[in-house]
Formats: sequence, structure tokens, C-alpha cells
Amino acid sequence: YTGTSWRQVYQAFTSFNGTNEHVIIKDVRLPRALVATVVGASLAAAGALMQALTKNPLASPGIFGINAGAGFFIVAGSFFLHIQSPQALVWSSFLGAAFTAAIVYAAGSLGREGLTPIKLTLAGAAMAAMFSSLTQGLLSVNELELAQVLFWLTGSVQGRSLDLLMTMFPYAAAALVICFFLGQKINLLVMGEDVAKGLGQKTGLLKFVMALCVVMLAGSAVAIAGPISFIGIIIPHFARFVVGNDYRWVLPFSAVLGAILLVCADIGARYIIMPQEVPVGVMTAIIGMPVFVYIARRGAKL
Amino acid sequence: MKLRFGVTAAEKKAWIVFLVLLGLTAAVLIISAGLGQRFIPPWDVAKTFFGAGSKLDELMIMSFRMPRILTALCAGVCLAAAGAILQGLVRNPLASPDIIGITGGAAVAVVLLMMFFSDRSSSLTISLSWLPAAAFIGASAVGLIVYLLAYKNGASTFRLVLIGIGFSMSAQAMTTLLMIKGPIYRASQANVYITGSVYGSNWQHVKIAIILSVILLFICFVALKNMNIQVLGEDIAAGAGSAVQRNRFFLLLLSTALTGCAVSVAGTIGFVGLMAPHIARRLVGSSYGALLPASALIGALLVLTADIVGRTLFAPVEVPAGVFTAAIGAPYFIYLLYKTRNS
Repeated sequence: YTGTSWRQVYQAFTSFNGTNEHVIIKDVRLPRALVATVVGASLAAAGALMQALTKNPLASPGIFGINAGAGFFIVAGSFFLHIQSPQALVWSSFLGAAFTAAIVYAAGSLGREGLTPIKLTLAGAAMAAMFSSLTQGLLSVNELELAQVLFWLTGSVQGRSLDLLMTMFPYAAAALVICFFLGQKINLLVMGEDVAKGLGQKTGLLKFVMALCVVMLAGSAVAIAGPISFIGIIIPHFARFVVGNDYRWVLPFSAVLGAILLVCADIGARYIIMPQEVPVGVMTAIIGMPVFVYIARRGAKL
Repeated sequence: MKLRFGVTAAEKKAWIVFLVLLGLTAAVLIISAGLGQRFIPPWDVAKTFFGAGSKLDELMIMSFRMPRILTALCAGVCLAAAGAILQGLVRNPLASPDIIGITGGAAVAVVLLMMFFSDRSSSLTISLSWLPAAAFIGASAVGLIVYLLAYKNGASTFRLVLIGIGFSMSAQAMTTLLMIKGPIYRASQANVYITGSVYGSNWQHVKIAIILSVILLFICFVALKNMNIQVLGEDIAAGAGSAVQRNRFFLLLLSTALTGCAVSVAGTIGFVGLMAPHIARRLVGSSYGALLPASALIGALLVLTADIVGRTLFAPVEVPAGVFTAAIGAPYFIYLLYKTRNS
């Protein structure tokens, strides 16, 4: 731990002089804060998109197993194929996210009633359970790897290099921009598929693009910070509480609020058991749990 | 629901299925006892059980392999029975102790105990018999909290499942937190434990588990009548004079205790509580008198088989049994969603 003043923070950028404090700020704390910002924004936006797409207030990358799926593909990739490069990491994460999303969506939309919230949630929970237990299985075969991956597995923004962030940033940014522009169309879709179709919308295409955005957002977030849960659920609800149901506003608000929450959670994670650290995923789980229960109790309407 | 007049065809079928399952379990048990670094033919294993085997076989089987096999058996039986009760209780065929977070709660409690009561050499400083107690407390704490939080003009099954899923996720986060805080050796041990493994169990463990599970199963059979009424739904059950909410609470507690018992010896072996009752329902129908024993046996079969695969497939490296149950269980779960798509 190193004490730094606001002045030093400012000076680290304007007149970098190589002192310990400046190096810490630039190389340790700044990347961490940036990572938290991007990951928080991605996860929250992915959550908002999923909630609109599935009309399920509990939809989120964490609950639907997308995070766990991406995580498993990354661990399996580095285990079997010895993937090391950040590029390959990001792509295996996308692959995992897409694979899980497809299965959960297909399984959840079976049957006459179509997408019921409970079916989707159950399918997601099952996939999440399977992937996390497969990941743990891989890790228990290889004890050495466990120490390195364990911290990452709950979700952590610590010790990520800016390089890794730069690798995934284009994907996340592209997806964010695309989904901001979709706001108007999503508003129609939320009113009901029939209404949207009646107004001449290509709902199939829209849904596909939304799903693609979700996969890119969640996949890149997991690739860099591991599966961080609950942000995707609670933030869209906050956003909706603040700006109402208009998705043109909900999506950007979710992204910003998600970034704020994750950066705050990270600060909390660093201070709560000094000098050790809690992975930030644990912090979000602690913060998110009560909100989740509240949403679940309030009932399944969006 | 069939009324009982003498021995019906359904009952006869249930008995046959029960006996076949019993035979199968015994067979798998014997094969499992024979497999390992030194293969012992099934016939010799059987002889050893009756005290007529060679000294080496006896040592091998009785002190190394039996504890583990019995642990698997116990865990399977308890998890399956817990799942069967829970499914009837929630009246959702997709509920199981691991999905609604009870298993997670038990795991948190056990890891907590392992972390706080271990000394520098990473051995436990307190008696092993505290583990089931901790698991039970953890499981019932989560079970109770989930139940209370889902309670709003009666506990709706929908909320029960949703809130349970939320809890199982945060339980996972908690166990990881504890593992990170603890020493690394403990962490890898705890990791194996959480994935669900019967590796390294000893007689001390097993004795506690067997005694507990026998007691709990006995209570289950006493509570059978209650189950059958509960399955019919809140209104009918209330109409039939059953104190619905109280019975529901009692059954939830029973299911929790069974889960705690299984988790304390074998960790969180996932999806057994989900699969076993379904397979059993296929075989014997949905009257709990037949369903409960059948699913208990199927649960035992599942865990025993998963254990055999886990320790032979990548030998000498052991893969926790829970990995295999999850690998079969999740696709099966999706299949169930597909099957029940119109109900």
C-alpha cells in the first residue's frame, strides 16, 4: 500500500517523474480502474440487452450461464490447446459465450408458451452449474494451474495489463455502440413481437444482432476479468428506475452505472480485508444478492 | 394416484424394479471394489465380503476401497432422496438441492470449518464429526433463508426456485473467497471437495454418514404419506386436511438434512438430486412409496458409477465424481426442459 495525494495523481499524467508513487498510479491503479470501467459497462449493457430480449427481469450473463460458459472455454483452451495469446483468449471466450447462449435460449424457448422466465432461468442455472463444475474438474486435475486461475474465476480486475484490455476493448466498444443505436428498435420489441412485426420491424434480425452484442460484451468482459456476477441483473433495474422504460436511455445508463458500480466494488474489495484483497466478483455477489432477492420477490414482470 | 386395494399391478412392478435396482447396485459395488491399481476379480471380492478372501484382498478392499465406496453410496442415496422430496415439495420437476442453493450453503459451511480449524500443517484441529454438523447447519440456514424470502402469502414455488438460484450463485462466490483467503494446499483440497469427490474418505467419515443417513431415510419413510398429499398441490392438500405450510416446512427441513449429510462426506456432487428422481419416476410411477426407495438406489448407482469412471479414466490422476455427474446431468436437465415443454 502506498499513500498518494490527488496532486501526485495529477502529476503522474502531466509530469511523470518515475517515482514510486507515479509508477504505481500509472501501471497498477490506472489499468485496474480502466478494466473495471470497461467490464462493468459491458456486463451491465449485456444484462439490459438480455432482459429486453428474453422479457425476463432476471436475465443476465451470470444467471444464464454465459459467464460460466465463457470461463470454461478459456480454461479448457489453456488446458488442452495451451492458448496463451490474448487474441485467442478473447475468441475462445466468445465461442464459449455464444455456445452457452444458444443452448440456453433454445432450451428456454421450447414448447407452446415459448420463452417463460422460469424455463430460461432454470436452463441457464443448469448450464452455469455444469460449466463451473467442469472448470473445477479441470483445475482439480492440475493443481498448479489452480492458484493462478482461482482468483480469476470469481472475477477480478487486479493485475490485468493494458495490453489485454486493448485486445478486447474494440469488441466491447463496437458492441456497446451498436446496442446504443438499437434503442429505438428495442423499445418496439419490448412492446411485443407481434406489435413490432406489425410495424414493419425485422424482429428476427434485430434479435440476432442483440444476441451477437450480448455475446461480444459478455465474452470480452469474461476474457479480461473472469465471470463477475450480478452486475448484469441489478444495474438495468437501477437504470430503468432512474430513466424509465425507454431503451434509448436505459442502455447508456446501464453502461455508465455498471462502470460506476464495478469501480466502487473494486475499491471496496481492496479495502475490506487489507492488506489482502477480495476478488471483486465476491463483492458484487454480496452487493447484488439482496437486490436479486428483491427483484425475484416483486414478481416476474418487466 | 392409485388407491390401495391389496397388491396392485403398479405395486408389483415397483417391487420388481426395486429388486433389480438393488441387484444392480450390489453388482456395481462389487465391481467398484475390484477396480484399482490392483485388479481383484468380482468373485474374490464377493468372497472377501463374506470373510473368505485372501489377507491382501481383505486389506485392500476393507481399508482402502470400501470407505470410499460406501461414501459414494451414502452420498448418492441422500442426494437422490433429498431431490425426490424437494421435487414433490416444489412441484417443479426441475428443482433439486443444488439448483435451489441448499448444497451451496452446506459447502460454504464446510469450507468455512476447514479454513478456520486447520493448523499450519493443514490438518484439521477438530474432530471430523463436526463436518456433517456444519454442513447441516449451512444447508438448513440457506434452506430457511430461501424459504423465508420466498414467503409472500405462502411460499410460491416459482420464487423458491429463483431465489434459490440467486443463493447458489452467491454461495459459490463465498466458497471461492474462503479458498483464496486460506493456504493454497487447503484451497486445492477444498476445490476437489467442492466439485464433489469421494476421494480420501476413511471409516471415521463413513460411520457418521451411514448412521445419519439411515436415521434420515427412516424419517423419510414415516413422512411418505405426507409427501403423496403434498404433490397434489396446495389446495387439494389443504382440502384433505393437511397442514400445508407446516408440512412443507418439515419436508424442506428433511430434504435439507439429507443434503447436508451428503455434502459433508462427499462435497457437492451436482445433478444427482435432479436426475435420480426422474429416472425413478419413469420406472415406478410417481407414488412416493415406490419413488423414494427407487430414486435412492438410482442415486447410489449414479454416484458409484461416476466414481468408477473418475478414478479409472485418467488414472493415476483422479477426476472428482462431481464432474461426471454434472457432465451427464446438465444435458439431461436440458432434455427434461424439452420433455416438459408443454406442461
